[in-house]
Amino acid sequence: MIPELGHFALILAFVVSIAQGVLPLVGARQGQAQWIALARPAAQTQFLLVAVAFGCLAQSFLGNDFSVSYVAQHSNTQLPSLYRFSAVWGGHEGSLLLWVLMLAGWGAAVSLASRRLPEVMVARVLAVLGLVGIGLLAFVLFTSNPFDRLLPAAAEGRDLNPLLQDPGLVFHPPMLYMGYVGFSVAFAFAIAALISGRLDAAWARWSRPWTTAAWVFLTLGIALGSWWAYYELGWGGWWFWDPVENASFLPWLVGTALIHSLAVTEKRGAFKNWTVLLAIAAFSLSLLGTFLVRSGVLTSVHAFASDPRRGVFILVLLAVVVGTSLTLFAWRAPKVGAGGNFGLVSRETLLLMNNVLLVVATGSVLLGTIYPLLIDALGMGKLSVGPPYFNAVFVPVMVPLLLLMAIGPMARWKHADPKAIARRLRVSLALAVIAGIGLPLLMGAWTPLTAISSLLAVWIVASGVFQIIERMKTGKPSAAFWGMHIAHFGIAVFVFGVAMVGGYQEEKDVRMEPGDTVQVGGYGFRLLTVKDAPGPNYRAAVGSVELSKNGRVLKTMYPEKRSYFSSQMPMTEAAIDAGFTRDVYVSLGEPLGNKGAWSVRVYYKPFVDWIWGGCLLMALGGLIAMLDRRYRLRVKVGAGVTAGVAA
Amino acid sequence: MKPRQKRIALIVGGLASLAIAAGLALNALDSNIALYVTPSEVAAGKAPQGKAFRIGGMVKEGTVKRQDMTVRFVVTDTVKDIPVAYTGILPDLFREGKGAVVQGRLAADGLFTASEVLAKHDENYMPPEAQHAIEQAQRAQRTLKQ
Repeated sequence: MIPELGHFALILAFVVSIAQGVLPLVGARQGQAQWIALARPAAQTQFLLVAVAFGCLAQSFLGNDFSVSYVAQHSNTQLPSLYRFSAVWGGHEGSLLLWVLMLAGWGAAVSLASRRLPEVMVARVLAVLGLVGIGLLAFVLFTSNPFDRLLPAAAEGRDLNPLLQDPGLVFHPPMLYMGYVGFSVAFAFAIAALISGRLDAAWARWSRPWTTAAWVFLTLGIALGSWWAYYELGWGGWWFWDPVENASFLPWLVGTALIHSLAVTEKRGAFKNWTVLLAIAAFSLSLLGTFLVRSGVLTSVHAFASDPRRGVFILVLLAVVVGTSLTLFAWRAPKVGAGGNFGLVSRETLLLMNNVLLVVATGSVLLGTIYPLLIDALGMGKLSVGPPYFNAVFVPVMVPLLLLMAIGPMARWKHADPKAIARRLRVSLALAVIAGIGLPLLMGAWTPLTAISSLLAVWIVASGVFQIIERMKTGKPSAAFWGMHIAHFGIAVFVFGVAMVGGYQEEKDVRMEPGDTVQVGGYGFRLLTVKDAPGPNYRAAVGSVELSKNGRVLKTMYPEKRSYFSSQMPMTEAAIDAGFTRDVYVSLGEPLGNKGAWSVRVYYKPFVDWIWGGCLLMALGGLIAMLDRRYRLRVKVGAGVTAGVAA
Repeated sequence: MKPRQKRIALIVGGLASLAIAAGLALNALDSNIALYVTPSEVAAGKAPQGKAFRIGGMVKEGTVKRQDMTVRFVVTDTVKDIPVAYTGILPDLFREGKGAVVQGRLAADGLFTASEVLAKHDENYMPPEAQHAIEQAQRAQRTLKQ
């Protein structure tokens, strides 16, 4: 009964999304106030219905209803109930339902937090979200219905992939999807503005907090995924340039560019067309990411068995979204007109360079990600593009970007004085050069990459601190100002972490018998025992590894090798001793021979936690910027138009 | 500077950075591609010489032998077998009779030294390249028999 209820709610949501997508648009065109007024209740109803459907699926999981095919494939009676809940999005059908839930949630949020926007604008924005909803709900209902029954019902479920039985999975996909799908709001604002023909500073101001909100969630989602891969996959890496990772990173890069170009559009009225294009691109890349992940066309860690025919549906949806929005753009853009003029040295120019570099980075990552697919589709053979490609193209683009990052916020709008900027950057430059020479030497070895990264990190932080001090003298800075600098500090912390791990990590794969000791990164690792231990739905071999430094015992670490009952899948659970300046990491490989020996992987990772710490700072910065007072104020815009937005 | 010159300067700057990026990208792409080769193609001498490439196929039953940290096994497309050596820790889902993809170089004696072994994180999932290799080989065999 419950699954049918969920299915029914989903069908109703589909019908409501058609009403939401069509009626307000027609109403806005013909000036019919009643149809315009439909948009808000429709968006809220849609969210309610999708939430009911989601709740029904969750209930089927918690109640072990194995007559539902999706539940039977992704759950098991032995599965702890937290994972039975997160198993809702552990497979294709459920994760799409989560996608739709997020979309409806963003729609409802816009409908509630836009009281100060003109009704016509809100109607158009919600209608565009409704149209996107039609496409995705149709996808769920017609190709990936999570409520399909299994007859006869299974006696026991196949279990959730053990890799996904982890607290990381409880949060990673919802966060990531919040971000992915959140760009639909920026997209809807852009399309609504194109339809109305009014691309102005007010539009940019309305759009900004939503774009930043999506970006914050995406940042956290990617960081969580990276952290999860680090401790759960047992490989000790934090980023693999895996196609699916790239799929989430592409919208992030374009979203970052969008945040910066929206700033120009809001403050100076320039870059309007460009901003619209970026908003379209960010959401299109989110859809492309969904296609790449969900169609099974990729060879990737994330490539679980799936049905390639579904890919065609998303591809068509992507084509429709990109096609119609670009057509609309081509039709409307010539009427938009250019914004304010600006000098060659100005904040506008620097933000333009930021955008060009970010777009180039996006393009090169995109090229490497879809190149194997294109070659395969053309029948020219199968190949893979490795991480060295991405490092080779990505790093050179990031260096100028990070250099400019310290300068951009110092430059004035319209015309900036290069000499004045240079004068204000003198101290930062000196500190950065000292750091570039000194920090790598302090770590024991000077390499160009760690040197330039240390230099850039200190360059960004020093100039940021300088600007904050300068600004504090003239009064209380705005939340947006703090947010920007905190996010930029986050980038610096991240860059430093990446460089230190890349330059100074140590790794050993060794055979160890109980009693053996191995030295890595100045630490001693002594394998004491490997014992069997039971878990709730698995059996584990638990190693005891004594960690010591300079002969002094620090602690005992317990890496595990689990074997899950229902799937017989082995899983590595690394033992990690995390610290501010370093992590040490031990994981068990497999038993070797009959003397109780195991293959053991040992890592020393300096400053690795700074990578995720930097991401947290970026997200925090975004959050603070989003809460800036001016987004909540009624602001006079143009001739008597009153507008504002509640973020 | 006049507005026109300014615009030209911006466009030239943008194009120049695009060109540099494109050059870097294509150059990097060229040197970092690993081709997928099926075991039958390797046996027929069609593997790239002196370059890393990938082989997709199944880990043949009963062929996995360990000696300390080095593992030897055979990757097969059910028609041709390629012996593989790998030093290090194998992924959790590496198992006999299951699909795997290995990346590395072929030595003159026909032994493939893998620098990377990929097995996928779903027990029912076959890497598409491994599947492809097996289908190709079986199709070729059927055509020969007819």
